[in-house]
Amino acid sequence: MIASLAAVVIPKFGQDSCARANKTFCWDWFRQHWGSTFEPRLVEHIKLTAIAVGIGFVIAFSAALLAHRQRWFETPFSVVSGLLYTIPSLALFEILVPITGLTVTTAEVALVSYTLLILFRNTLTGLRGVRDEVLVAARGMGLTGRQVLWRVELPLAMPAIFAGLRIATVTIISLTTVAAFVVDQGLGAPILNAINVDFKTEFIAAGLLAVALALVADLVLVVTQRVSTPWARRAAG
Amino acid sequence: MRRPGWVPRGGGGLPLTVSPDPDTPRGTAAEVVFDHVTKVYPGRQQPAVDDLSLTIPPGEICVLIGPSGGGKTTALKMVNRLITITEGDILIDGRGVRGLDLAELRRGIGYVIQQVGLFPHMTVADNIATVPRLLGWDKARIANRVGELLELVGLDPTADRKRYPAQLSGGQRQRVGLARALAADPPLMLMDEPFGAIDPITRERLQDEFLRLQREIGKTVIFVTHDIDEAVKMGDRVAILREGGKLAQYDTPDAILARPADDFVARFVGADRGLKRLTLSRIGDLELPPAPAAHDDELTARLTTSLRDALSIMLADGRSQLVAVDDDGNAVGLVTLDRIRAAVSPEAAAEEEGART
Repeated sequence: MIASLAAVVIPKFGQDSCARANKTFCWDWFRQHWGSTFEPRLVEHIKLTAIAVGIGFVIAFSAALLAHRQRWFETPFSVVSGLLYTIPSLALFEILVPITGLTVTTAEVALVSYTLLILFRNTLTGLRGVRDEVLVAARGMGLTGRQVLWRVELPLAMPAIFAGLRIATVTIISLTTVAAFVVDQGLGAPILNAINVDFKTEFIAAGLLAVALALVADLVLVVTQRVSTPWARRAAG
Repeated sequence: MRRPGWVPRGGGGLPLTVSPDPDTPRGTAAEVVFDHVTKVYPGRQQPAVDDLSLTIPPGEICVLIGPSGGGKTTALKMVNRLITITEGDILIDGRGVRGLDLAELRRGIGYVIQQVGLFPHMTVADNIATVPRLLGWDKARIANRVGELLELVGLDPTADRKRYPAQLSGGQRQRVGLARALAADPPLMLMDEPFGAIDPITRERLQDEFLRLQREIGKTVIFVTHDIDEAVKMGDRVAILREGGKLAQYDTPDAILARPADDFVARFVGADRGLKRLTLSRIGDLELPPAPAAHDDELTARLTTSLRDALSIMLADGRSQLVAVDDDGNAVGLVTLDRIRAAVSPEAAAEEEGART
């Protein structure tokens, strides 16, 4: 980490007069470095986030299904995922580095652990929110347990599950910037690069890109939810 | 107990609906027999349903009624095994429900509940198509059936199809619930206080519509209610259960109102059971003496007027007779207080029964 920091103490000014004058934000400098710095970092950031939320969702979703059938499982999983959620991210990286090294794995393990509580809670709340009479009617018509789950309970839990995915995704996009302490990837890398430097363009651009990414991801999830659960919208209207 | 047309088959399903048989006419109804059925909930001493035995002939509406704790809903839910039977068995067309495959059993029984339980994430059409889909009907057949059912229950087969339950009124939801239960043309319907959560005016309309519908489809129906007026109106037969799930009386509404088996039944049906009985007959049902030739200053009532309303009309005007008229206003006969009294007094009823047999 120290070595990588030392190598970038002197910013890459290029021929830009704006950069030499060190204005707050140099649009030209940003454009010149889009292809070499920002675009690949943004793609890395999206990948890190997608993997974390994807794996987190699979784990939390399975755990929620289990807790839905076996009530006893709710408390242990809530306690463990709740504890993980409270550990400061830097501290968690610190704990993991001796085990998994300065690798993407370390970053992902930490990021996944922050998604679990939110995704688990929301999925379980959604499943439990299905009204009794709907379940009685479903069973009374001869749907098997599995059919009740896939055709009735899960579709009705979708709004709650999506709400969880939105919170988890926005949280992880923000947390992934911290993962740059472990791996030289994502929008956290240029932020870390520029943090001890007077020239602020790189720092501001990477930060704004992370914010924009969070907003876009949220919007995509909202639209997906509205399209996939038309009944929820009509119910409100 | 077994009807002559019944032939045992492999697979154990209800043949009519599970594997549609071209030889079986549509709309056939099942006979249901409660055979010494007892339910004891775990951890309870007292049974919820105690040694219940009764036979419901095919095509009849049997109303289960009783005070809370009478076990009427428990009895109903044991038919489709939403509640497991502790002892005894329930036979549908001679086959015990305990031995049938659970999913198959339930897909062959229409089930309507008070809160309806429509699937909020599915359109009206998809809700109705639930059981046909489970049975693997093809799309065209399902679409036809959905349209047919919407019309049957008084909804718009095109406009209402694509609506979601949240966009419907309470009465419309219950109609969709009824259509959904009828979708695979089951020989037996279970209705658990189906109109209990609906405002009185809509309830009465739905009751009338269901009775009209029932005349067409002729299902065997087990109907749970806590409302004695509804029981008298809807039931071909009424089973009154007392606390502890014991059968107090099982008979036609008229017989129960005329001759309550004991004090419990008499109290349960109410001191106005005589008046309730009057609602069961219309003045057109009576044998009436001819009306006096000149009846211009007499009260009149149509033949479809219930005896109760006829009595009320006389009392309201301080008279002791009125003239029954047909739809064109022609006098048909004379209705007197004595004639009405004779129609509902136990002796008269006994005489009528004696004359019939």
